[in-house]
Amino acid sequence: MISIKSVAHSYNNNQQLSFKDWQINDGEQWLLLGESGSGKTTLLHILTGILKPQHGEVSVSDTSIYNLSSKNLDQFRGRNIGIIFQRPHLIKSLTIAENLLLAQSFAQLPEDHRRIDEVLESLDILHKKNAYPNELSQGQLQRVSIARAVINKPALLIADEPTSSLDDKNAESVLQLLIQQSGLNKATLIVATHDKRVKDAFTNTYNLV
Amino acid sequence: MSPLKISWKSLWSKPLSAWLNIMLIAFGTSILTILLLASSQIEDKLNNNSKDIDLVVGAKGSPLQLILSSIYYIDFPTGNIPLKEANELSKNPFVKRATPLALGDNYNGVRIVGTDSNFVSLYSLKTQSGKFWKADLEATIGSIVAKEQNLKVGDTFYGAHGLTENKDQHKDHKYKVVGILAPQGNVTDNLILTNIASIWKMHEEPHEQKEDEEHDHGKEEAVEIQNREITSLLIQYRSPMSVAMFPRMVNQMTSLQSASPAMESTRLFSLIGVGVDTLQWFAVLIMLIAAISVFVNLYNSLKERNYDLAVMRTLGASRSKLFVIVILEGLIVTIAGTIIGIALGHFVLELIGNYQESSQAKLSGSIFITSEFYLLLAGLGIGIFASIIPAIQAYSSNISKILAKN
Repeated sequence: MISIKSVAHSYNNNQQLSFKDWQINDGEQWLLLGESGSGKTTLLHILTGILKPQHGEVSVSDTSIYNLSSKNLDQFRGRNIGIIFQRPHLIKSLTIAENLLLAQSFAQLPEDHRRIDEVLESLDILHKKNAYPNELSQGQLQRVSIARAVINKPALLIADEPTSSLDDKNAESVLQLLIQQSGLNKATLIVATHDKRVKDAFTNTYNLV
Repeated sequence: MSPLKISWKSLWSKPLSAWLNIMLIAFGTSILTILLLASSQIEDKLNNNSKDIDLVVGAKGSPLQLILSSIYYIDFPTGNIPLKEANELSKNPFVKRATPLALGDNYNGVRIVGTDSNFVSLYSLKTQSGKFWKADLEATIGSIVAKEQNLKVGDTFYGAHGLTENKDQHKDHKYKVVGILAPQGNVTDNLILTNIASIWKMHEEPHEQKEDEEHDHGKEEAVEIQNREITSLLIQYRSPMSVAMFPRMVNQMTSLQSASPAMESTRLFSLIGVGVDTLQWFAVLIMLIAAISVFVNLYNSLKERNYDLAVMRTLGASRSKLFVIVILEGLIVTIAGTIIGIALGHFVLELIGNYQESSQAKLSGSIFITSEFYLLLAGLGIGIFASIIPAIQAYSSNISKILAKN
């Protein structure tokens, strides 16, 4: 279960962003809707444990994440939260398989090549396993970044504008993959977007004002 | 995926700048290695050859020249001294052992030294075949001489006048090789040893035939022979007390001068030292430039990569892990550079040794010394120096801010 309670944050004491309480049950799929500047990225960063809010409490899998030490929080994030960015951001000097190995070892989990093959297979990019990121197309890269997010079977999968730089066809397929992968890995899914094409696929919506 | 592998792969994603930095470090290190090795070997050779000799007595002139000619067999002798005075000095109570030397002839550039059995005990010589010289015109030769001149026991050869190769041979007397020395690792490997009387004999005959042959030496030599002269005396003191008394005593005798090998090699070293110092600073400067270059490279690549590093944090890497990854990247470059540099230094020195003409001071690249270990440490230090600022930046970066920018 994931919840935020009376969370508020402000940058440099400017206008304060406060977020209404939110509770997500395991396995649910949510849409986080909001225009640019509404604090969408801020809320995502707070949820993923990379930005400590000035007020309020955040818990993921019943762990109050901001009570963890910096090092434990990093490890917790690596194991329990998978993040998909608007752009793939793979490490260019490493092959696809090595990028996934990296995610395993940073989370201090054993390296598991079978798991890597399994995830790449389910995303239909196993044949690119030993290629470097600059040899892949944008759509393939986005699929690798989904693979990287789910490789450690996280409890929470968060996607930040995963479709905004893609055309209709790719956007649709990425969305399907996200829903499919969160189901496969029994992960709770949150997709933050202002992309209208995405809305119909979700029943649960959290609106930022 | 260990941090080492991550740093390694990230480094080689830009092979050109990686190589540039490694080469800069290697170049600086190899110059330092050559300097270290060469000066330690020269110093060793100097000390090894003069180790039991407290004082050299010879004709007045440059003391350094006297040392170079009588201990290292490099320079020309300062002149001759009367045998009579030399003998008096040998009997002096301060002196434990006095070894007379008579120089002036060579065989194909190898110096022929006229001396007595004191020379054998002074350098603790042993023969590997044959025996030591005894009668006139018998010669015992150094191990390298035997190899390079292809001489065996029983062979004969003509000596030539002077200390460098020339055609002015003493055709009247043949030397006979009676023994070959075991390798000593000092100057004696490169000498031909005989008795003093042989050297005198060489120079007697031409004098008698002087009129027909128009020999260079003329009348001076006639006088020389009558008075019997030698080139120098190698002195070992009986007690440390002699140090204070004996040299002064010698220098007061009008025709003689004394020179201390220890003092003169120190002086020689301080003369070469200026050049060595300059080169050393030059090498340090190169290393410093290399360090700055490594720093700039890391710093720039970090600016491009700080999104990568932020992503690594979201994947669970801790701050300290990023710190280690960046530091390692600097260290790989500098340590690889240092090791390549040390290897290169040894190789170049071996090459120099192969082309060196003077066999008395041959340099070798196959000798390792402990100071090289400090070079490795220095490489380590430079690596840390160059990468500490980028590493701290990686450590303290605000990933939320970096990720929000995109």
